[in-house]
Amino acid sequence: MKWQFENGIPIYLQILRKMRTEIASGAYPPGGKLPPVRELALEAGVNPNTMQRAFAELERDGLVFSQRTSGRFVTEDEEALRQIRRSLSEEIINELCTRLTHLGMGREEIRAAVDAWASGYFLSAESEKETKPERELSPENEIKPKES
Amino acid sequence: MSVLECRNLTKKYGNLTALDNIDLTLEPGRIVGLVGPNGSGKTTLIKLAQHMLTPTEGQILIGGAEPGPWTKGMVSYLPDRDFLPSWMNVDSLLHFYMDFYQDFDPDRARQMLESLGIDPRMTFKKLSKGTREKVQLIMTMSRKASVYLLDEPIAGVDPAARDYILRTIISSYSENALVLISTHLIADVEPVLDEVVFLKQGHIELHENADALRERTGMSVDGYFREVYKC
Repeated sequence: MKWQFENGIPIYLQILRKMRTEIASGAYPPGGKLPPVRELALEAGVNPNTMQRAFAELERDGLVFSQRTSGRFVTEDEEALRQIRRSLSEEIINELCTRLTHLGMGREEIRAAVDAWASGYFLSAESEKETKPERELSPENEIKPKES
Repeated sequence: MSVLECRNLTKKYGNLTALDNIDLTLEPGRIVGLVGPNGSGKTTLIKLAQHMLTPTEGQILIGGAEPGPWTKGMVSYLPDRDFLPSWMNVDSLLHFYMDFYQDFDPDRARQMLESLGIDPRMTFKKLSKGTREKVQLIMTMSRKASVYLLDEPIAGVDPAARDYILRTIISSYSENALVLISTHLIADVEPVLDEVVFLKQGHIELHENADALRERTGMSVDGYFREVYKC
């Protein structure tokens, strides 16, 4: 499936954002090997040089390192991963606040709305978790309830 | 090191000036979009590079040499119309290309034909228009050339086949090759381009890195094109 790109934003920046998100979320796990530039370029439907440029930025940020012969790997540096998660979440929160302010909501109103939404969201997410394990009853797969 | 260079290149057809004193340098390893409205000189430029036309003034150089039989060995050209002998079947076209071009890779071509579900026993002229275009593109991209000149490669095919063709272009050009794609379907081609060249009435309006253009204008290349060529 080809990746979708927005108009007016350099494609390498959009790739960079997607790769950062996948690294932060663990879709590309710490220490894991990344696919070769050409292969990802093909998957995304973009120019290999554009993909290369995004990879170079990831390397400069310390999220990815390359080993001369064996390819590129995701960093195992916890601090770098924490930082990327923080900066991505700030971007999302910033966008949320900007848009809600635009709707005419104030600070307290936004906070209350997010709180109300979050408590409902995590409640339903947890109940889903509890019903799922019934299908795989083997003890290794057992999901322990979260402390707290 | 440039692989395609125009120096003060002018082409006139009688009183009509198709290209007016253009300077252009293109590097290997890039995919370049050649865009402009109908009649802006795209096909003229490509035909000059392929020695199907000769300059009125100035020069065009391929790998430092003037176009001729020797540069055709390093240039793979896809015209904007049917150009293969229509009575041949696809398999004999493969042999035809093997006879003509040392750099033609028949295995690669067969593999692409198969993945598009094209039967090599079919006679070329009995294929649909879109399928003929696919076959021609496969032949063109199965050469290991230094320069690919693709004149409107996706105009006649459906969107799914367009994606396949663009992926074929990305996957088959070598890192030392130049791919020059003339098109007015910019939105489809945009993500695969390194650079764009805008032609306007025989002049070069703009030659820029595609991402730099998106950053500078806050528009897609397609959106910017519509702005520049507003009727």
